[in-house]
Amino acid sequence: MSPATEVPERVCRWLAKDALQSLFDALIDRGYAVIGPTIDQDAIVYDRITSVDDLPRGWTDTQGPGTYRLAPREDDALFGYVVGPHSWKRFLFPPLAAVATADRTDEGWRMASPTDDAPKYAFLGVRACELAAIRVQDRTFLEGPYVDPIYAARRRQAFIVAVNCTQAAPTCFCTSMGTGPRCSGGFDLALTELSTGFVVEIGSDAGSDIVAGLETEEVDSQILTEAETARQGAIDQITRRLDTEGIRDLLLGNLDHPRWNDVAARCLSCTNCTMVCPTCFCSSVKDVADLTGDHVERQRQWDSCFNFDFSYMNGGVVRNDIRSRYRQWLTHKLASWIDQFGTSGCVGCGRCITWCPVGIDLTEEVAAIREAGP
Amino acid sequence: MTSPVALPPVVANPWLADAVVIREMVAEGPGVTTFRLAFVDEERRDSFRFRPGQFGMLYLPGVGEVPIGISGHCQQERTWSFTVRAAGNTTRALSSLHVGDTLGLRGPFGSAWPLELCDGADLVIVAGGLGLPPLRPVIYDVIANRERYGRVTLIYGSRTVDALVYASEYDDWSRRGIDVQTTVDRADLDWKGNVGVVPLLIERLHPFVHDRAILFTCGPEVMIRFAVRSALARGMRIEQIWASMERNMQCAIGLCGHCQFGPEFICKDGPVFRYDRVEPWLKVEAL
Repeated sequence: MSPATEVPERVCRWLAKDALQSLFDALIDRGYAVIGPTIDQDAIVYDRITSVDDLPRGWTDTQGPGTYRLAPREDDALFGYVVGPHSWKRFLFPPLAAVATADRTDEGWRMASPTDDAPKYAFLGVRACELAAIRVQDRTFLEGPYVDPIYAARRRQAFIVAVNCTQAAPTCFCTSMGTGPRCSGGFDLALTELSTGFVVEIGSDAGSDIVAGLETEEVDSQILTEAETARQGAIDQITRRLDTEGIRDLLLGNLDHPRWNDVAARCLSCTNCTMVCPTCFCSSVKDVADLTGDHVERQRQWDSCFNFDFSYMNGGVVRNDIRSRYRQWLTHKLASWIDQFGTSGCVGCGRCITWCPVGIDLTEEVAAIREAGP
Repeated sequence: MTSPVALPPVVANPWLADAVVIREMVAEGPGVTTFRLAFVDEERRDSFRFRPGQFGMLYLPGVGEVPIGISGHCQQERTWSFTVRAAGNTTRALSSLHVGDTLGLRGPFGSAWPLELCDGADLVIVAGGLGLPPLRPVIYDVIANRERYGRVTLIYGSRTVDALVYASEYDDWSRRGIDVQTTVDRADLDWKGNVGVVPLLIERLHPFVHDRAILFTCGPEVMIRFAVRSALARGMRIEQIWASMERNMQCAIGLCGHCQFGPEFICKDGPVFRYDRVEPWLKVEAL
C-alpha cells in the first residue's frame, strides 16, 4: 500500500469560528441539504443539520475494540472527535431504496423506474479515510460495466467539506492503508480546525465559489504552521498498524488456516462490521407489494455476507458456518477486493473494531495469520 | 481547479426489466418447463441479442427474480427460450403461469462459451441435469455451422430418465452430426442406455485430438469437478476446459455482492470461466 499521496498546494483562506454559520447558510442557500456530525443516542452520527449549534461542540469520542463512549472535551472544538458508527455511505448508497416498480395493467405487468429526486447533499466533516472510502465505492458503483443510478445521482451533485483530523482513536490505522489522516484530494473544501477558526483549503471550482461568498481572511505562514502542527497531532496518536505487504497472497493463500476457526469461535456473525464499514456494498433485493398485489416496488436493502442466507442457492447455503462467513468478509475486504477493484476495500477507519460487540480486531487477525503463515 | 471526481452521465436503470409475454410453455420433465418469451416492446424485440452461455433475469413482480441461462438458438427470431425447474418460491410461481401471461426480463448478462476457439476443434460438451439448457445454444450453433467443428460429443447425465431434458431432440442432434451419449443414475425398466455418472463416459470416450479439443461443462459443481478430473486423466489440459458456474445472484450486474466466488463475480466475470481461473477456489470448502 502506498503512503498517503502528496498534498498539492492549494489556495487557503482563514474562516473565523464565529463565521462558520455563514458556510452553512451559503450551502443551504444553494439548495444543499447539509449532512454533518451531531449527537444522537450518545454517539456522534451524521444527520441533516442546519446550524453550528447542531455540531458536537466540546465533545469527543473514546474508542477501543468493542467500545465507544462520548466524553466532554476541555475546549469548544466542533470537530474534536474521530469517527462514529455512521459513514457517508448511508447517504450515497441508501440502506433502503426502490430500484424499480411494477404495476399490473390490462395488458399485463408494466415495469418502470421509480422517480428518484436525489437529494443534493453537502457533506460537512468528511475525514480523509472517508474520502478514500467514497473513492473505493466510486469504483464499485460508477466504474464497473454497470453504473448504479441511485449512487450516481447522489454522488454527482454532492458537495464535500472535508475536515482534517487533529486527533486519532486507538482503533485508527489510516496510515497503514495510505488513506490519511491528511485530506489530500477528492473534496471541494477541506478544513483544519484551530482554536479560533479554520484554515480552509479550496479543492474545486464549486468550493472556490462558496468561499467567495464567505467572509474569509488571508492566512499567514504562522497559521499554516499551526494547522500543520495540529494535523501532526493525529499522526502522532496513531498506534495501530496493519502490515499490508503481500496481503492479498497472504490471505488467499491461507484459506485453510486454523486462525479462521479461532476467530469463528468469537465472532457472533452479527453483521455490525459490515453495517458500519464505509465501503461494504452488498445488498439484497426484494419485492414489496401493496395489499392488492397490483403495485409492486422492488427494493434494495443493505445486506451482509455474515447473514446466514446470503449465499443461499439451490436449497442450500454455501457458507454455512461462521468460519466461512468471517473468512469471506476479511479476504474480500483485504485481498480479493484488490483483484476486483484495484484497491483494498479497507481504508483503516477502525469502525469494524470499535463496533464489533466482542472486539474482534482485523489487524490482529491478519497479524496472527501472518505470524503462523507459510 | 477541477471537480473532485469525473462522474458518468445520467445512465439507464440496469434494474429495470422489460415486459415479456409467454408465447409457449413446454413441459420438459417433472417440474421443468421451457418458456418461449417475446418482448412486448417492438424495438426491444428487434434489438435483443445474446451469446450462448449468457443468462437473463426472469422477474415475476411481487414474487422475485431468478437468473436463468438462455437455452434457445442465439439466431432465434422474436422469442427467447428459458428452461426453468420449479425449485424455490420464484421458480414455482413462474411454473404456474400460463401462455399469454407477462413477466419481466433483464439481460442478457455474463460471459459466453468461447465458440471462436472451437474452429476446427473437437468439442466435448458435458452437462448434468439442468446444466444442459445453457449449453443448448452451443449445440444449435454446431448444427448451424457443422463444418466449422471437428468431432462433437454431448455427454449428458441426469438422476432419472424423465429428468433428461430436450429428449425429443436427441435423435435430430445425432442425425446432424453430434455424438449424443446419455446416462442416468437410476434407470427405469424401458431404459436401454448407460447407467452411471457422467465422468465414466468421459473415461470411455473415443480418442479425441487432445491438443485441438475443447470441453464445455455445466451442471452440479461436484459433477463438474469429477468431469474435469476425468478429462485431465484423458490427457486434456486445463486450459482447454470451460465451465459455467452458479451462485446466489440478485442483481446480475456486479453490484449486490452475492455471487462472489473468490475474487470472481459469477454474474459479470462469469458465468462461463476457463477452468484454470476458478479451479483454485473450487478446492476450498464453503467459499
